[in-house]
Amino acid sequence: MKIAVPINLVPDLVEELTIDDSGTALDMTWLRLTINEFDDHAIEEAILLKEANDAAITVLASDQEGVDDMLFTAIAKGADQAIKIMGDFEEGLNSHALARIFRDVIKELEPDLVLTGVQAHNDQDGSIGPLLAGYLEMPYVGYVSGVDLQDGKAIVKKEYPGGLIAEMEVTLPAVLGIQAAEEPPRYVAISKVRQAMKTSTIEEREISDLDNSGGPVIDRMFKPEVGERAIMIEGDEEEVATRLIELFEEIGVL
Amino acid sequence: MNQDIYVVIEHLRGQVADISFIMLAAARSLAQGAGGQVVGILLGHNAQELANNLSADRVDYIDHPLLAEFSSDAYILALTEIISKAEPRAVLFGNTSIGSDVASVLSVKLDLPLVSSCIRFSSDGKFTSQIFGGKIMTEGTLPEPSALATMIPGGFKPEEGQSAQPPALNPLSIEALDDLRVKLVNYVEPEVADVDISTESILISVGRGVQTEDNIELAEELADLLGGVVCSSRPIVDQGWLPTSRMVGKSGKKVKPDLYLALGISGAPEHVEGISDCENIIAINTDPSAPIFDIAKYGAEVDMLDLLEVLIEEVEEAKEG
Repeated sequence: MKIAVPINLVPDLVEELTIDDSGTALDMTWLRLTINEFDDHAIEEAILLKEANDAAITVLASDQEGVDDMLFTAIAKGADQAIKIMGDFEEGLNSHALARIFRDVIKELEPDLVLTGVQAHNDQDGSIGPLLAGYLEMPYVGYVSGVDLQDGKAIVKKEYPGGLIAEMEVTLPAVLGIQAAEEPPRYVAISKVRQAMKTSTIEEREISDLDNSGGPVIDRMFKPEVGERAIMIEGDEEEVATRLIELFEEIGVL
Repeated sequence: MNQDIYVVIEHLRGQVADISFIMLAAARSLAQGAGGQVVGILLGHNAQELANNLSADRVDYIDHPLLAEFSSDAYILALTEIISKAEPRAVLFGNTSIGSDVASVLSVKLDLPLVSSCIRFSSDGKFTSQIFGGKIMTEGTLPEPSALATMIPGGFKPEEGQSAQPPALNPLSIEALDDLRVKLVNYVEPEVADVDISTESILISVGRGVQTEDNIELAEELADLLGGVVCSSRPIVDQGWLPTSRMVGKSGKKVKPDLYLALGISGAPEHVEGISDCENIIAINTDPSAPIFDIAKYGAEVDMLDLLEVLIEEVEEAKEG
């Protein structure tokens, strides 16, 4: 069983996001990147499957600031191989472009299963998982929160609104968009990541041309209008608490 | 090529999803500008009645036993045929467990550009979409001449896409749907919960700001004092700190309490979907740019844990006094 896990770094939403001078993109200068949280769940699900079924896991990512740390962390958690895709990505990659650069490398790997995050918060033109499924001509199921392997098939738990789960049978090879792994993504000590850096290597692959077609042209990027915002209660927690008591009484819950 | 706006009608277990009506309302706005019609695509089995209250000029209906339940493979085969024949100006899908499974695949198969997470469309063919967890909006023109788009709720009301007048039903047939690679095995009903948060009137909701599992006790304490219950955003459930039955949002419950106290919740679109009908949202978050403040009635920029300690004391005093 071979599992490919394409992963990506996205802006950390804990940080202040600034729009650049063009007014159509984020200012990346001070932006801190972090692993797409759903990709972290995809790694975890892959490792859980490896523990239960003896699989080999390959993680893949495009070359970006912080990508080595992300890939070595995946190895420290239990991935067997890490591939970094090199190219001139200065102008940025949309989802279609990213899916296309993963496509050729994943084709070579001939995986039984491709697991990736169901979405990323910066998806503007679709998500990597179903785009890859389209390019690889594999079936796709997203919103997955559980995977069980049976010969040549996967039985997956797909989430619908209201807590309803559909158990779907998917013929392999397939791409699955992971919403949540069956266990929270495991923590790995920095010492183990450092050890992975010493004992393993990241393979590099070159991509010659970058094709950013498939998405829209952005004319304007902006923050939600401020007029719609909440009435802010000023002061420290004491003052806020006092005001909340008044509000609770007004609403009639106290 | 034509100027019609197609909407893939989403339904599950005999119920049309709200997002379908929202998309029909959006499609009306786009079609008026483009000079085309609003066409619903309904895929199902013995499901023609679902078309009755759709506000569309026409509903193209494919009835097939293999379309009785959603299968991305079946939908993709059927939609590839319909869309490539019709070549409409745009096709709208929900940014949902159904729409997201097919829109991107179709973008590749049909070689049509795709715009995600659209919240509004205007009659001049412009989209507004919401990305980066609701912190950033983008604007542009739906790529010409033909494009796919996924929609999130918030910009149109479901009622705007409903009609008392049933639309014209246009039955279509389809080439073979055999050898599906994705099939429903069965549904697993939501776990029976000790409380139903969708009917509770006071909800104390916690997000990532709660930091540790132990801190949930503080929220429980406040909820007990107020006669409410604790619920949460997705990350708390994924951590296993609260059961799925307490999750508010897209994959969880839609709630409508008298008070929704959002503690340490950023307000990503997936969460906001579950609280869009709440009137009294009070949001506590240390991040002034958290999108939760855009939908809350009141907000405060303090640490939820610091606040909880003081607030519990003050509520106790208020109840005694």
